[in-house]
Amino acid sequence: MEQKTKINAEDGRQELVITREFDLPLDLLFKAYTEAELIEQWMGTKVIKLENKNHGSYQFETSYNGNVVFKANGTIHAFIPNQKIIRTFEMENASIGVQLEFLEFEQLTHDTSKLTIQIIYKSEKHREEQLKLPFANGLNMAHSRLQEILINSK
Amino acid sequence: MELRRDVFQAIADPTRRAILLLLTTQSMTAGAIASNFDTARPTVSKHLQILTECELLKQEQQGREIYYHFNPNKMKEIADFIEPFRQMWDTKFNKLEAVMKKYKSK
Repeated sequence: MEQKTKINAEDGRQELVITREFDLPLDLLFKAYTEAELIEQWMGTKVIKLENKNHGSYQFETSYNGNVVFKANGTIHAFIPNQKIIRTFEMENASIGVQLEFLEFEQLTHDTSKLTIQIIYKSEKHREEQLKLPFANGLNMAHSRLQEILINSK
Repeated sequence: MELRRDVFQAIADPTRRAILLLLTTQSMTAGAIASNFDTARPTVSKHLQILTECELLKQEQQGREIYYHFNPNKMKEIADFIEPFRQMWDTKFNKLEAVMKKYKSK
């Protein structure tokens, strides 16, 4: 089966490229990245600040049970509607560091579009930290589940 | 001949992830690992076998007991991390598509 989302991370490099084709017209895909209310729905995070313009900035925050568990922010370097966003991204209190992101939005047909995100990390090591994160989250989830099982079996 | 299994298959299962987590801090016998789960002992043995086959775990004989160790070197291979990362993005993008389709039809 053809995978809709592809990741290209070549060995020995400090960048990775994420590509995805959407069953959405270009303007809707771009809107998903620029309207706070919509970002909140698909990213599952609260948008504290979002300035969609050259030299603007943004801030995301996610809470769980009243505690802030995720904070991220960045600066928007370039903003060209329905074409391109160049921005930095930094997850606060994480070892990944600041990353530079080039987001390119393309129309494929009237109803389909494509997003290419090129992410550049400080070093190959920082890229590795990023890639490990979902596995770490998976382990954490497994851990909570395990705790639940242990508590319930008492 | 040893079956070739991939790491993604190994970490796709929540019980196997829990086993890996247990073993990140200490080595344990199969019996000690099994006592942490409600699952039947043979099921846990099967999980241990899969984890061992894809080299996420290593066995070491100590006297009469076999201890299982976590093998972090295996997890260092960068390719092993890409699939969970890809799946995370795939899930997010599927959500984006669903949110925007609903938005469009409003």
